[in-house]
Amino acid sequence: MVDSKHKWKAWLYLSPALVLLAIFTIYPIINTIRLAFLEDYNMMAAINGKVFEFGFKNFEKVVAYRGFTTCLKNTVLLCVLTVPISTILALLIAVALNSIGPLRRFLQTIYFLPYVTNSIAIGMVFAAMFNVVGNISAEPPLIVTAGIINNFLGLFGVEPINWINVGSPYWANMTVMVVYIVWNALPFKILILLGGLQSVNKQYYDAAKVDGTSRARVLRKITIPLLSPMIAYVVITGFIGGFKEYSSIVGVFGEGMGPGDNLALNTMVGYIYQSLEGQHQGRASAAALILFAIILAVTLINLQVSKKRVHY
Amino acid sequence: MKVVLENLTKVFPSRNKKVGGEVTAVNDFTFEIPDGKLIGLLGPSGCGKSTTLYMISGLQKPTSGKIYFGEDDITALSPENRGVGLVFQNYALYPHMTVKQNILFPLQNLKGEDKLSKDEMLKRAYDAAKLVQIDELMDRKPSELSGGQQQRVAIARALVKMPRVLLLDEPLSNLDARLRLQTREEIRRIQRETQITTIFVTHDQEEAMSISDMIVVMKLGVLQQIGAPQDVYDSPENLFVAKFLGTPPINVFDGEVRDGKVYIGKDAILDAPGVPDQYVFVGVRPEGFELADDGALHCELRSVEVMGRDVSIVSANPAAHTPIIRSIVDADNKVDITASEVRFNLKPHKTFIFAKETITWSLGSEGKTVYKFDKHNQKLNAIVEGRTYDMGVLLTDEEIAKLEKQAQQSLNPVAKFFVKQGKKVLAAAQTKVAPLVNFIQNHIPEKPALTGEFTYKLAMGKNSEGNTLYFAGGVSDGKLVVTDDIANAINLHAEIVDGGYNVYYLDGETKVYPEISVENGENHEKRIFL
Repeated sequence: MVDSKHKWKAWLYLSPALVLLAIFTIYPIINTIRLAFLEDYNMMAAINGKVFEFGFKNFEKVVAYRGFTTCLKNTVLLCVLTVPISTILALLIAVALNSIGPLRRFLQTIYFLPYVTNSIAIGMVFAAMFNVVGNISAEPPLIVTAGIINNFLGLFGVEPINWINVGSPYWANMTVMVVYIVWNALPFKILILLGGLQSVNKQYYDAAKVDGTSRARVLRKITIPLLSPMIAYVVITGFIGGFKEYSSIVGVFGEGMGPGDNLALNTMVGYIYQSLEGQHQGRASAAALILFAIILAVTLINLQVSKKRVHY
Repeated sequence: MKVVLENLTKVFPSRNKKVGGEVTAVNDFTFEIPDGKLIGLLGPSGCGKSTTLYMISGLQKPTSGKIYFGEDDITALSPENRGVGLVFQNYALYPHMTVKQNILFPLQNLKGEDKLSKDEMLKRAYDAAKLVQIDELMDRKPSELSGGQQQRVAIARALVKMPRVLLLDEPLSNLDARLRLQTREEIRRIQRETQITTIFVTHDQEEAMSISDMIVVMKLGVLQQIGAPQDVYDSPENLFVAKFLGTPPINVFDGEVRDGKVYIGKDAILDAPGVPDQYVFVGVRPEGFELADDGALHCELRSVEVMGRDVSIVSANPAAHTPIIRSIVDADNKVDITASEVRFNLKPHKTFIFAKETITWSLGSEGKTVYKFDKHNQKLNAIVEGRTYDMGVLLTDEEIAKLEKQAQQSLNPVAKFFVKQGKKVLAAAQTKVAPLVNFIQNHIPEKPALTGEFTYKLAMGKNSEGNTLYFAGGVSDGKLVVTDDIANAINLHAEIVDGGYNVYYLDGETKVYPEISVENGENHEKRIFL
């Protein structure tokens, strides 16, 4: 314990962080809650001295907005698709990396590269890879040049698919986004799981070896249960990240959030940004609170589930 | 199942490829473990006993040599095909499984013909659990068990597949003292009931002595002695074994054999007919002392500790290796605690003598330095142009080990480098390690890398003018290296020629020193049987 005489010193050392937290985290949270309940709050009007009534109108407007269900559906769909895929892939890659000797450091670096790359830049690269230039809806389609993916599929005789350009179907857009998000999410998950694997006592594996345990059984019965705390962590943070999905879609489709700016892939965070741009700060705050409630609920469910599955 | 080890050797490559230097953890082991016995592999830490156990389990591959179970050569078999049960030091119970699941785990791995039905598996698991008396804990997780209970679960898991050989790595080291006593009896009982050949590793001599049918004493990867615990205790083959077994430990004295008698100081304590005159170590078990007013050995009385049944007499003798010597005599003996002197007769069957030989060199001619080992004073002298310089006392292996440990613990990279090389540093005195390391630091880096099994020995002392002198020598691949300059020691190489040694420099220049003679130190610390 700190001597009470010197307590002020402790507070002094803490103060820079506390001041910054207060300004940039605590105040905005409180203000967001306040704005969400001020009906039709608009910053310009507020500056002009308008007084807003207290009520739930912002929430009603958010829910009534016809794009809202699209946003919610896209957000949930992206989470449900990408989190399991990326977690399973990351687990397999981590186990593989952990078991190889010589090229491990090199491969570890390769797998980690997406983590240090700007997500908008990656999005643009993905856009180029999935791109089609020409008129795909003409009869017959007129393709001037196709992205690397279509060229690759062409080797197997697959007709060029309109992945992301104007008029592209929803499933194609979604496929691109799932591939992109999974790829982007892998490094962090591999890092966490690999760290977990390396801290597993090697004697468990020696014991399994003496007992003649097959590799598949070692993975299923020993590695995965022992990694369960890390897997739970990766899944929970994956869901939280998934619900905040926005910049990846901007990276591929631009701020129009869909082919031809049609908002077909709009997400919850996308909706919040758009509300802010339209000077509907009240509505944006309400949407933010709804998103927070969803994330909270999903995380609580996750924790509840993992209580049964996580050993320790 | 009989277990036979034949010339078993394990060499670990150096971690750092650039520095080189291999570590021989197990060196040319040959012994046979009879069927159905409990065997203790005993030795100080780092003596290769765990490595031996892991080679028997198949988790580690021997560098050379063979392992047989019965008549089958299993050297090349993978662990699961050997039929061994292994209990790890920290038990390695799967923390996420219940006791039952842990015990069932090896059975669920069985495939093909060996596959068991669910009922059979459960029966076997419960049988194993009953044997180790944990059948009431089957639904608990390992974290809910005490250390002793975890140990039993680990044994049950190893036994459930009915192994041919059961291996236990330091089975009692994680238990508290009371539990340790109880568990070792338990291991004895389980082994008796199952009749499975069981090999366990321990560094605790009492533990090994108390329950083993046979103990195997190891030191630095080399087998020292094998036999029934009482036999090994009663008749140690060398000083290491004598010192390692027994609590309180054996008392060791510097002694001498002269005219068919063994002397400690001026006291003739024992007859040694037919033994040539020489300096020796004399080891006397605490129970080997007999109080006698006219006893042969004179000691200075320090204190008397009454322990009921026995009396422990603490005394001192200038020839003893330890500041006090402890002797245990019957409580019927009355000791005059006011006396300053106590006299003992030594029981011949509790008194052992060991050879005291050290590798010595003498190098002469061409006006060079001659090194002579002064046997009487255990000192090394350097004779340069007729003048004798005191080079200091040569150290015993234990003292060298201590020095190595110090060097390892120090942050000096060169000291560490030196130790990593697997070299033995022999310094004149422990307090002089720092200047020695400095000297090495100044000379080693520019020199070519050392190769081969090079036992490097260094001695240091001051000459009459107060200058520090260094002596370095070693044996590499049967070749002798000797010089008064550590830097040169690396460049020097010598080989045996008729009756002497050819010493030549690695840079091509050869000089012949025919007078070099090497006194073999092979018998050092070996028992001289009377």
